[in-house]
Amino acid sequence: MKSPARFEAVVQGQGNPPGDFAVFKAALLREWRLQVRRRGDLLNPLVFFALVVVLFPLGISPTQEILAPVAPGVLWVAALLATLMSLDALFRPDLLDGSLEQTLVSGYPVAPLALAKVGVHWLLSGLPLVFLSPFLGVMLYLPWQAQGVLMLSLLLGSLALSLIGSIGAALTAGVGKSGVLMTLLVLPLYIPILIFGTGAMQAAIVGNPPGAHLALLGALVLLALSLSPWAIAAGLKIAVSGE
Amino acid sequence: MWKWLTTLYHRLGSPKWFYQITGRWLPWFAISALVLLSVGLVWGLVYAPMDYQQGNSFRIIYLHVPSAILAQSIYVMMAIAGVVLLVWKMKMADVVAQSMAPIGAGMTFMALATGAIWGVPTWGTWWMWDARLTSMLILFFLYLGLIALREALKPQEVAAKACALLAIVGVINIPIIKYSVDWWYTLHQPATFTLTQKPAMPASMWLPLLIMVLGFYALLGWSVLLRARAEVLLRERKSGWVRETLEKK
Repeated sequence: MKSPARFEAVVQGQGNPPGDFAVFKAALLREWRLQVRRRGDLLNPLVFFALVVVLFPLGISPTQEILAPVAPGVLWVAALLATLMSLDALFRPDLLDGSLEQTLVSGYPVAPLALAKVGVHWLLSGLPLVFLSPFLGVMLYLPWQAQGVLMLSLLLGSLALSLIGSIGAALTAGVGKSGVLMTLLVLPLYIPILIFGTGAMQAAIVGNPPGAHLALLGALVLLALSLSPWAIAAGLKIAVSGE
Repeated sequence: MWKWLTTLYHRLGSPKWFYQITGRWLPWFAISALVLLSVGLVWGLVYAPMDYQQGNSFRIIYLHVPSAILAQSIYVMMAIAGVVLLVWKMKMADVVAQSMAPIGAGMTFMALATGAIWGVPTWGTWWMWDARLTSMLILFFLYLGLIALREALKPQEVAAKACALLAIVGVINIPIIKYSVDWWYTLHQPATFTLTQKPAMPASMWLPLLIMVLGFYALLGWSVLLRARAEVLLRERKSGWVRETLEKK
């Protein structure tokens, strides 16, 4: 076994180490406590999301004829940027206080533990974004029939955004000011999600069924869910090796 | 044959052997690049027949298509080098990937620029949100991201591994990006003139194109080897063989 820490207890005769699932549950609980207590990090991206959306009527035009057609794009781009902002500090505190290194040497699989972190983060920052979006949609004169699709597409899309963005967050965890760098790495990878998310809303606005777009969005979520935990784990190992 | 290839592969993993072996390859790449490019350019730009729809302006294809092909295949090569680095810990793979990144970005930029110039006589505008141009632009940003990541991370081994991982993630995403952009384009744009619908080329047109593509690959091999050899010397500057090699010259 190449995982000393996990089996140290056995060697020292202190009983069996906790199983994988127990450790996963403990990681979930730890992330929940940590992230709930960092209230600013959770609220700021939401304020950022609202503020970016508010800039568009001021910058383009406040009239319904101009705002309504661009509303899907504006809401989605603002959501992309807000997600990126919220992910920026996902792994850095753990890297700095050494707990990330302890996770890596514990001998437990890293990918599920990273997934626990991303999942809790999505629950606390992606989900509020979904519930905030209809209010901003109303302010951009988004038609009523598209509100449900807006929430549904953001619900699926924000999951994929969190998962893919976390790869960038893991890779740049060791870089001091990584905000712009991470944006540069991750935004090109977000383009398919943006296309399918806004596509679903455009379809709903003109009265077409948005199912195909949402199904593709769901496929992207599943693909991201199955592949990105491994990439995140690899990225974290690289980041720790640089410390 | 297989044994020879594996031996070569293992030898290329050592900086010293890499430097010596590629030194022997260098003139071959240089000569074939020069010959192929000059034959292809003269043939394509002077002797190939004029396109009956686009006239002489189609001749930019002899730069546009090779650079676009290279832009895409260099990214795949970088991802392969990334796998070699992460799986077999072969440091020379990173030297090659590092040497390729700016060339790939340059090729992407060249494809974009020639595409924009070509757009003026065919579409009447410098830029159009055409599906191919758009995915090429995204590829350009992917290259810039890779270069920026290498600049930002400090110990070289960390930067190498991070870039390798990012290239692999990118190469998984490129087909998804490509198809989503194609789909987005068909949803938003009316059908316009596309390059895929032009009449099949006669051999007198595609032969010089093929030669140009091969010439671009030879040029790629030449320039990557030049850059990689300089990088090897830089990285191994403290070892004895580098000092011996440099003193001999």
